Amino acid sequence: MADYTFWLIAAITVISAAFVVLNNQLVYSAVALLFTLFGVAGLYVFLWADFIAGVQLLVYVGGILVLIIFGIMLTNRISSVRISHKSVQQGVGGAVIIWLFIFLSIVILKTPWLNQTAMEPASSVAQVGKLLLMKYLLPFEVISVLLLGALIGAATLSREDP
Amino acid sequence: MDQLNSYLFIAAILFSLGVFGVITRRNGIAVLMGVELILNAANINFIAFSRFGGMNFDGHVFGLLVIVLAAAEAAVALAIIINIYNNMNTINVDQASQLKQ
Amino acid sequence: MNNIFINYSLFILFLPLVAFVVLIFTGKRLPRQGDWVAVSAVLFTLVLSSAMFVAMLLDYNPDFSQQSGFTWMDLGAFKIEFGILVDNITIIMLLVVALISSCSHIFSLKYMEGDIRYSRYYAYLGLFTFSMNGIVLANNLISMYMSWELVGLSSYLLIAHWFEKDSAADAGKKAFLTNRVGDIGFFIGIMLIYSSIGSFLFSDVFAGVAAGKITGITLTLAGIGIFLGAMGKSSQFPLHIWLPDAMEGPTPVSALMHAATMVAAGVYMTIRLFPLFTPDALLVIAYVGGFTAIFAASIAITQNDIKKVLAYSTVSQLGYMILAVGTGVYTAAFFHLVTHAMFKANLFYGSGSVIHAMHHALHEKHDHETDPQDMRNMGGLKAKMPITYWSMLVSTLAIAGVPLFSGFLSKDAILAGTLAFAQHQPEHFLLPVFGFGAAAMTAFYMFRLIFMTFHGEHQMPELINDIHESPKEMTGPLVLLASLSVFVFYTLPNFNPISDHGWFTDLVVPRTAVVPGSMTAHEIADYAHHAHGLAMSLSIAVIVLGIALSVLIYFKKVFSAETWASKLGFLYDWSLNKFYFDENYNRFLYQPFLNLSKKVAWLDWEIYDRYFINGFAWVIEWYSRVTGKFDYDGIDQGLVDGIGRIVGATGHNLRKIQTGRLQNYLLYVVAGIIVMIIVQAF
Repeated sequence: MADYTFWLIAAITVISAAFVVLNNQLVYSAVALLFTLFGVAGLYVFLWADFIAGVQLLVYVGGILVLIIFGIMLTNRISSVRISHKSVQQGVGGAVIIWLFIFLSIVILKTPWLNQTAMEPASSVAQVGKLLLMKYLLPFEVISVLLLGALIGAATLSREDP
Repeated sequence: MDQLNSYLFIAAILFSLGVFGVITRRNGIAVLMGVELILNAANINFIAFSRFGGMNFDGHVFGLLVIVLAAAEAAVALAIIINIYNNMNTINVDQASQLKQ
Repeated sequence: MNNIFINYSLFILFLPLVAFVVLIFTGKRLPRQGDWVAVSAVLFTLVLSSAMFVAMLLDYNPDFSQQSGFTWMDLGAFKIEFGILVDNITIIMLLVVALISSCSHIFSLKYMEGDIRYSRYYAYLGLFTFSMNGIVLANNLISMYMSWELVGLSSYLLIAHWFEKDSAADAGKKAFLTNRVGDIGFFIGIMLIYSSIGSFLFSDVFAGVAAGKITGITLTLAGIGIFLGAMGKSSQFPLHIWLPDAMEGPTPVSALMHAATMVAAGVYMTIRLFPLFTPDALLVIAYVGGFTAIFAASIAITQNDIKKVLAYSTVSQLGYMILAVGTGVYTAAFFHLVTHAMFKANLFYGSGSVIHAMHHALHEKHDHETDPQDMRNMGGLKAKMPITYWSMLVSTLAIAGVPLFSGFLSKDAILAGTLAFAQHQPEHFLLPVFGFGAAAMTAFYMFRLIFMTFHGEHQMPELINDIHESPKEMTGPLVLLASLSVFVFYTLPNFNPISDHGWFTDLVVPRTAVVPGSMTAHEIADYAHHAHGLAMSLSIAVIVLGIALSVLIYFKKVFSAETWASKLGFLYDWSLNKFYFDENYNRFLYQPFLNLSKKVAWLDWEIYDRYFINGFAWVIEWYSRVTGKFDYDGIDQGLVDGIGRIVGATGHNLRKIQTGRLQNYLLYVVAGIIVMIIVQAF
């Protein structure tokens, strides 16, 4: 049962990701991205990372995606939902990307990965919290400063007359 | 599922699609979506290695940091895109070429 | 790093840097232009270093030494470690730096009031204090060298503080460039040592020298190279030319850097590295120091600018210290460094106070022509500025080496060491002659300064009513430093005014040089002890002679200074013009070089160009005509143009790649990565 669910989620993730980059309507792309992000969150759950999955939903779906849709609305005439956007160099790009994927696959198959089995933890929140506030305290603080900087920078950039 | 390779393949597909999006899209926001896909692919790898490397949580911390970074990047990128739109009335990245010779 | 001494040292090191950073970025926006940031930071370091000092006294362990460090750079074979070393010498030096620095900060509150770059001035003072502490605390050659350069930089910035004045800007440049000459020697010395020993840490270096990894001429050269750095910083002959010019900077800066601390850095460095100097290198050091001592003293006798007198006096006293290092009594050098820092800084603050008062008085009269620093315009200031007078008098007694004052003890230790050195190696009899001669001259010119400035009639009577004692911010440091010139502070718990035996000699014990074949510290101390009585009587004799002459000429006016000057003729001229050193550097180094360049240019232009090149050209021309035809038909048309066409066509095609579109480039990047993977894989 879990297997089927996993493959279903994986399929949703990949197909909607393809939809994001292949279709021609910007708003549809955004909606497809929503499904991709949901799918990735599902994969996190399968990887026993419930906290990260929650954060993924909150930040990506609740934050970034809304931001992107805002961006679409602000930079186009709202009257039409069918905001088309053409692609360039799809032929060459496609060829290169297929090669890239082939090589990535070779790397994945040839590398002797560490494949340890472990017990499923009860909850990851406590562990992640401890790591964040002890071992990774400095990166944690630094990234909060970075976030603040980005916040101020974004606000300054998007003012009417800077 | 408990196979590392399946996660890695999903991540590889997402990564390739993301790069494809970045390369082929003309619209700035669509390029941004491609970048988000790339970041998600990297994140899946982090979490997967964390899970199959003996369940240590360091990978989760990195995943968190990547998400925060993505949020910051999206905010700044969209601010820039809106600025470009206000100035040039387009957000197609190949038309925003005033710096080009 | 859980040691209290190390932690305190780190605070002492970095607090001034914090003050510097705060002031340089936000100084102008802070209330009072942020001077309180610098002052409080430096006062805090004073408190910390006093605490360390007290702890050292309580501990009373001559062998106390602690290190702490980390690896800064590890490139396999090449490894640089940073760290700090705290021992008794360090603690005393830290206290001296913090004390003089605090005095400077406080003194400047009034002296620099209203200056246009007030906050920047305080920022640079902080930078200087940081880098000076860096030298003091260094436990390896590289970080010492870095702080060394930083000190040079802050000195440059502070000398040229009033850079609108050309003379100040030039003086800054001169100081920087002259120091550079010495620093190159220092760097070469460091590299010589590193290439043989493979470490920068002092402890490793000493161990390596003791083990004989670097010996003979290489070690002597390395020692002399390192000493060259000290010559630059401590302004030793012949690199002494920058220090007198450096008096263009604000007076508190002169007191802090060019009297007490920065110029002492060279001496401090030779003291730190004393164990690795070979006897030959030490001999060079002794002669340079001795000659500088007497040479600078002879210049100081005739100078009329109050700060110039003090500047040459500083050069001379530094020469003493270097002489002491060279003759092996380096603890005496360090003792003199400490006592000298106190009384020389005090003398500079005193001169600053006098100049401030003169400047103020001249300002009242709207006289901007008269030089407020010229002693010929002063005289009779004793009644008007009693605090300045008495504190300067105490310091003068100390620097002249009168018993009961600190200078007597330290100078006596140096002279005893020098005398002992000459007693055992009679061929070096010149060294004590230099030492005692300089002692006599020092007594003479320092009392000359006091008499000309404070006694007799004021030379410009119209000013006398406008001259006032300086405010408390300026007299406070004066009184404090003057009281520190009394001997008891250095001989506690003993009260014997003619013996330097006390906490200082107990805690700073000489160590034997690690170079095989050097005299042991015990031998040196023993010899010096035997020479002590003779040295003391001799030094008192020459001091009395110097003071008596000064009293006769400048106080009682029994002899006229002018007639003596004219009788001595060219000697007086030489001394007044500083032995024409600047001029000679110009004439014998700079101008010949310029002339040589001009000659070479003429040779190049007139001979080489006209005959050789032109003759050659004629031959070539003929040959060219012959080959030209072949060239044009064969090579140009066929080969060159062909290549050109190929290149042109290729470029034309390649140009299409440069679309200016980011996404195209990204595509190329990804394609390139794929190609790289293929190349790697197969």
